[in-house]
This record gives sequence, C-alpha cells and structure tokens, in this order.
Amino acid sequence: AMKAAVLIQRWYRQYVARMEVRRRCTWTIFQSIEYAGEQDQIKLQNFFTYLMDHFTPTNSKQRDLISHIFTEDEVYKQTELEKYCDHETIELPESYTGPHIDFPLTAAHAAALVEAFRHKQQLHARYVLQLLHETLKHLKLLPNINRVSTCFCEEITICGDLHGQLDDLLLIFYKNGLPSVEKPYIFNGDYVDRGKNSIEILLILFAFLLVYPNEVHLNRGNHEDYIVNLRYGFTKDVMQKYKVHGRKIHKLLQIVFSWMPLATVIDQKVLITHGGISDTTDLDIIAKVDRHKVLAFTDASNSFLTAECLKALSIRGGRTSEGNIQTTSMDSRLSLKSLSLSSTPCYSPGTRKRSPHSISRKVRRSVEEELEKCRRQVGFSTPYENGKFSLSFSESDSESFEVCESDNAEWKQIVDILWSDPMHQEGCVPNAVRGGGCYYGPDVTEKVLSRHNLQLLIRSHECKQDGYEFCHNRKVLTVFSASNYYELGSNRGAYVKLGPDLIPHLVQYQVSRTTRKLTMKQRVSRVERSALRALREQLFSHKSDLISAFKKYDKNKTGRIPLNDWATVVESVLQLGLPWRVLRSQLVQSAPEGLLQYHAWFHDLAIEQPTAEHVHQSLLETLYRNRSNLETIFRIIDSDNSGLVSFEEFCQTWKLLSSHLNMEISNEAISDLARSIDFNKDGSIDINEFLEAFRLVDKIHYTERE
Amino acid sequence: MGKSQCKQSYITTSLLELTGKTCVISGKEKTVSWQREKNKMADEKESAEAMISEIHKQITDAFDVFDHEFNKTVDVREVGTIIRSLGCCPSEGELHDLLAEIEEEEPTGYIRFEKFLPTMTKVLMERRYRPIPEDVLLRAFEVLDQEKKGHLEPEELTKYMSEEGEPFTQEEMEEMLSAAVDPDKNVILYKDYVAMMTVEDN
Repeated sequence: AMKAAVLIQRWYRQYVARMEVRRRCTWTIFQSIEYAGEQDQIKLQNFFTYLMDHFTPTNSKQRDLISHIFTEDEVYKQTELEKYCDHETIELPESYTGPHIDFPLTAAHAAALVEAFRHKQQLHARYVLQLLHETLKHLKLLPNINRVSTCFCEEITICGDLHGQLDDLLLIFYKNGLPSVEKPYIFNGDYVDRGKNSIEILLILFAFLLVYPNEVHLNRGNHEDYIVNLRYGFTKDVMQKYKVHGRKIHKLLQIVFSWMPLATVIDQKVLITHGGISDTTDLDIIAKVDRHKVLAFTDASNSFLTAECLKALSIRGGRTSEGNIQTTSMDSRLSLKSLSLSSTPCYSPGTRKRSPHSISRKVRRSVEEELEKCRRQVGFSTPYENGKFSLSFSESDSESFEVCESDNAEWKQIVDILWSDPMHQEGCVPNAVRGGGCYYGPDVTEKVLSRHNLQLLIRSHECKQDGYEFCHNRKVLTVFSASNYYELGSNRGAYVKLGPDLIPHLVQYQVSRTTRKLTMKQRVSRVERSALRALREQLFSHKSDLISAFKKYDKNKTGRIPLNDWATVVESVLQLGLPWRVLRSQLVQSAPEGLLQYHAWFHDLAIEQPTAEHVHQSLLETLYRNRSNLETIFRIIDSDNSGLVSFEEFCQTWKLLSSHLNMEISNEAISDLARSIDFNKDGSIDINEFLEAFRLVDKIHYTERE
Repeated sequence: MGKSQCKQSYITTSLLELTGKTCVISGKEKTVSWQREKNKMADEKESAEAMISEIHKQITDAFDVFDHEFNKTVDVREVGTIIRSLGCCPSEGELHDLLAEIEEEEPTGYIRFEKFLPTMTKVLMERRYRPIPEDVLLRAFEVLDQEKKGHLEPEELTKYMSEEGEPFTQEEMEEMLSAAVDPDKNVILYKDYVAMMTVEDN
C-alpha cells in the first residue's frame, strides 16, 4: 500500500507542477501582449514620423488630410474651453430617472451616486459637467504634491489602478467603508480605460473629493491622458454613454486630468505616485512645475515634431528610428543600455511641443527649414539621462521655438513619475516597452528615497498576480486594485492600509461573479484559454510573415518543418519573448513524426473572418494587426467624435498607412473594402461598425459574453 | 534514437571496414555501401546533436519561466516544478537526490542555470523518472481500495495520502479532494478521476 501511495503522490505532484507552469505561462502571455499593445503606441508615432519624413502630398486632398491630422480644428485656450463646456444650457428631461445632485455636494449625494451606479444608472450630462466644473475648481487649488498626515486618523487606505472596473471599487468600499472624515483614501491613478465603467468611477471619486477635500486624494496616472484614452477605450466609453454631450464632457475631462496632482506624501516619509521614479527625480522640482500645462504625454503632435529631431539623429547615427523599436522581448530589457538614443522616439529628447497654432503654421513651412532649426537647437548624442524635453503649452504662447532647458527637465520629471517601472537590476534605463519613463533599479530607489528622507515608495501601474508586490528590499510596494484584470480568475486586487506606524497592511480581494469555488484546474484553464486565444490571434495576424519564415526552414518544400524549428521561427517573427517550447503543446495540435504541416496549422488557428471576404488576404491581416493603430488614427480624424469618417478620408488614410507599411494596395482593393462596410448615403463610414467587424473588442468583452 | 542504435551502426561500419579490407576485390559496391553507412552515421550523429540542442532549448525555456530576475537563477523551491514540467515524474526522495547534484556546495537558496542544464540534460537523455501510465495508476488506486468497492471514501484517501509514503500537505490534500470527490455521492470514483486527469496530459 505504501508503494501505491507514493506512486499516486508522485503522479499528483507532477500534475500540480504542470498546472503551475501553465499558470505562469498564461501570465507571461498576457503581460507580453499587453506591453506589445503599448508598443503599438510607439508604432503609431513612427507612422507620423514617417509621414513627416517621406510624405509629400501629391494632391490637395492629401494635404488637407495631413494638416487635419496634425492640427486641431478648434483651437481653444483653456479658459475658452471651460466656458464651452458649461452645463447651464443643458436641460434635464422630465423622464430622467437617474440620480440628482446639488452643490455644494454632501456625503448623501456621494453615497447616492455610488448606489445609483451600482444599479447601473447613468448620471445626466448636465450633472456630469457641473460636477466636473466643481472638481476643476477644487483641483486648481491643490499643489502638485499632496502632503498628508496620519495624526488625524487611524489609518489611510491607498488604492491602485482601477481601470474602469466599478465592481472592484464597490468591493473596496464594501470591505473598507466609504470615504469619510475617519476614513481617508488615496487613489493612485489609472481610473479609466479598458473597463466599462470608467466614467462612473471618476464621478464617484470626484464626488468624494469634493465632499471630503482633506481626506480624499487623487493622483494622476498615465491613463489620465486624452491620447491614451483614444486608444484604450475611455473616449469610446464616454461617447457611447453621452451621445449628445459627450464631446463637451470629453474636452472638460482633458483639462481636469491635467490639473490632477502628481503625487502624495504621507508624514514626509512615504511617497505615493503612479509609476515610480527615475534617477533624476527631484520632488522639489516637481512641486514647482505648472502641471496643468502638460495635457498629454503622448501627443500626436509630439511625435510629429519628434520626426525632425529623429531625422537629425538618424543622419548622425546612420540608422532609421523604425528599425530599433522591437524591444518587447525580455532579453532586450537587459540590453537597453546598449541601445542608441534613436530607439526611443516618442520619449526621446528634443521633443518640442507647441500650441496648435504654431503647428498649423509649421505644416505650411518646408520640412528642410525645420530640420535645420532642429539640428541647431538639439545638441545631444548621449543616452537617456542627458535628454532634453519640453512642455506642451495649451495656451498659444509666443512663437519662439527656443527650447528651454528647464522646461525639458520638468517635463521629464513628470513623465518619469507617471510611467516608470521598477526592475531587479541596478541602474536606470529608458523604458522602451512603455515608450516613456524608465526602469529603475534598487540603487535608484535607495538614492531617491534617501535624498528626500523617505522610507517607502508606493506605486501602481503594473498588474500583479496577488494584487500587490514588494520589491527593492521592501522599499517599493506595487499595489494594483483591478482584480481579474486580464480575465476572470487572472489576478487578485489589493489595497494598502497605513497607520501612524507607517507599516503597510495589505488586503486582497477578488471580484467574482460565480460564487462556486473553482478548482485550481478550472481557474487555470479558464484564464489560460483566454490567453491562448489572444495568442492565437497574434499568430494569425502574422500569418504571411510566419509562412515565409517557415518556408526558409523548409528547403525541400515539403510543406512541413520540424517542430524544433517551429519555436525558433515563431519567436523571431513575433518577438514576444515567450517560452514557446513550453506552450507548444497548447498551440500545435498534431505533428506526426515531429513534423508540422504549417499550412494546415494556420487553418486550425483560423479565427472567424469578418464579412469582407473578397478582400485581399494580406490586407486583412495587416488591418487586423494594426487595428489599434487604425482605430486611433481614425479617432483622431474623426474630430467631432461622431464615429463617422468620410469615404475619402478613409481611403486616404488607408493609403498612407499602407505605404508606410510597404504594402501594395490598389485603389480598387481599398474601394472594395470601403464599400463592403456599411456606410450611409452621404458617403461616410461608421468607424465603429468597421472596427467591430474585425472583432476589435477589448478582452473584457470576452468575459461579457460568458 | 539512442546509444544502442549508434553502437550498432558503428559495429556494422567497422565490420564493413573489415570486410572491405579483406574483400577488396568484391569491388565498388561494397565500398559504396560502406560509404553510405558512414554517411548515415554522420547523419545520425548530426541528428543526435540536433536532439541535444533541442533538449537544451526546452530546458532553457522551462527554466526561464521561473527566472523572475532574468539572471539565470531560480528559487530552489521551484526546481521541482520545473523538472516536472519537462515531463519527468520523480518522487520527493528522487527530487531531493537530484537537487543535491544541482545545488551549490554552500546552498544559497538559488539554483544556477549552469548547474541545472547538464544534470537535467542527462535526466532527459536517460529518460529517468518517466511519467506513470494510466493503468499503473489505476492499479495503485485499486491497491488502496482494500475492500474492492470500486471507489474510495474521502477519509480513506486522506489517510493514505497524508500518512503514508511522502505525505501531502493539507493544501495539497484539499486541492486534490476538491477535484476528485464526486459531489453527489461524496466518494472518489477513482476510475473516472484517473481517466479525467490523464486525458489532459499530452
């Protein structure tokens, strides 16, 4: 009997180990795809760069389109904008059954909002705008760095990323209590994007901010940025819920975000900020900047202007910016130090942001002139630390193109604290994965904390399996409050409680719709399925590249390659840094004699095709692969956020994108594509329908279906 | 593809060499076929090398999954998981012995890849700790089912797993029970259980 027992135990332990590996792999898949998505942002900027570098408009239509992309239709000063987004003129319909609020706001109003949103009601646009206006008034009074003390209360609660997941916020309030005089809260950014209740979370948090101004503190996150919102879903969320007034809300939010404080310090000992730090972080500088001048860190115009500077660089360095972007694999994180400056464009030195006015003037000017100016002003060739940056000015200031040294430093300070991630190795290297901020090592943490006499850094920005993670000798604590972020069952959420002893107590939770306890196997499988689905999509969208790479290994043209080579090929094409051999069994169904029939394999991988079947295969793939870029570009073109784009704009844009991607697209193919999309009589294309046709939905929507 | 096959062709070749030498008159055909044998052996050697290289890559991939700091070390407590994920099924005792080979002289709590790779390659080449076939597993359960009921009570299984052999921790026990116990009858139908679990194994 003992032998039997040992046998079973042996077997079972192996089974468990296999589960564990699957779980880890799944996690890695999600992370690498997420970061690859953020990499897309860089690709988008490359696209604009490319336009600037190579594109000479051959006809007036194209010229119009370009100037349209790079300028804003309506150039507003902040004050004008605020006036535009007033709420007075909006009437409340009699049929409105949602919550009512009044100013000055009371705790009862805030609590009522929470309840209303819990019951899936929607706050009327009039109230939304009113609330945003009041919030803005309050935020303008706040310093860049909130200073908080624990002597007035028992404990402060600190929450991390919420990303539009209202259920998580409700769970936190349920477990921990609503914010009040006895219960102070600090929220550490990234309230919006990805989840479907972004606006509700914002409204709740702003309401409590107004009711308890001394107890509730909100830090800005990297997602409180309108360009990021265009890509990651918050803009869509707002426009869908508030069809008529969405634009006003959207614009006002831009300003509100820019006025959010950047960090909070507790008892002068604990620093709380969204991303982290860099080796040049100086709280005194940060405290003095004009934070509201930085509307967005990833401005389209930013990358546009980067182009010339990049060109200057590339002439110097002899390499184009495009070739150096692929740095998603884990190994490349280590070799970042050796990368030349030209590989981090959107974050690169020499970006000059200017007012919309000067941009349009700029477009009319010749490129050569700009290049010259740029070369003169931008004088650097050394890595990250010596880069120069500038602020984005929302008012139309002087037309001087002088790059102000101190402005650059300030901008960099802000980007660093909002975008950086900790790493295990010592040092400080640019964060090429995110495209902004840096990776900071334990030595940097030590340096910066001791410089300011701090003992702990609490940050968010990265999803963690258990909802939190200590690193750097327990000097850095990451807290992430969006549970089930990638998929139901993928991770827990957590929040931190800090008392006067400043020892962090962590509380974990997980929102789950099913109360039945899932076995480990079920939990792992579920998350894994979702990850594998995402991965299969990635594989499919790179079909042509993969096939041509396979063919290189299949010299005898048998249509088969050894499984050994499969992994090598896949990694070299996708560059996701995943353990392909470990994943192989999940992705490859059958391989008789160790040989894979790659054509058949793709057939198995096939995802549902969109309706436009007659469109050229590679066009489809490219569309699919670049869908997030496409979506963002379309949304920029669609300046009135109506979801409609003219037929011509569509064709022009697609042509531009395809020439950038070195694709041969005939006019016919594009017109075919356009015609196959439902567009109404006046020749405009419904972007939303178009993108939906490609299943361009967030991962969240997968769970909605379940 | 193993050592024995290699040996065989070697013997054949040397035999041929011998015959080639003594029967030189038999002519071209014999020498040609000897040449073919030599080529074949070269090919086999090449594919042996390819196989080793493939094994190395597999081990590297599995190792990297647990290398959180990207410095080619893993926590010693995760080594068991890595070894098992590569298809081996050692008992705790065997794992312990293996660890002794891989660990540093002064145990640091970390295992370095340089030590892990050669040991693991040997394990895989020699096909040590093979996984247990379904029928053997079933028989093991049947042994525990002394009354030959066709099923096991949860208490029975718990007793065996937690007291005999290399006992389970409470966590392991709970986890196993949650999947193994049939919710309606509250017993472990081990035949079904084994069938279900082995289906997923590739």
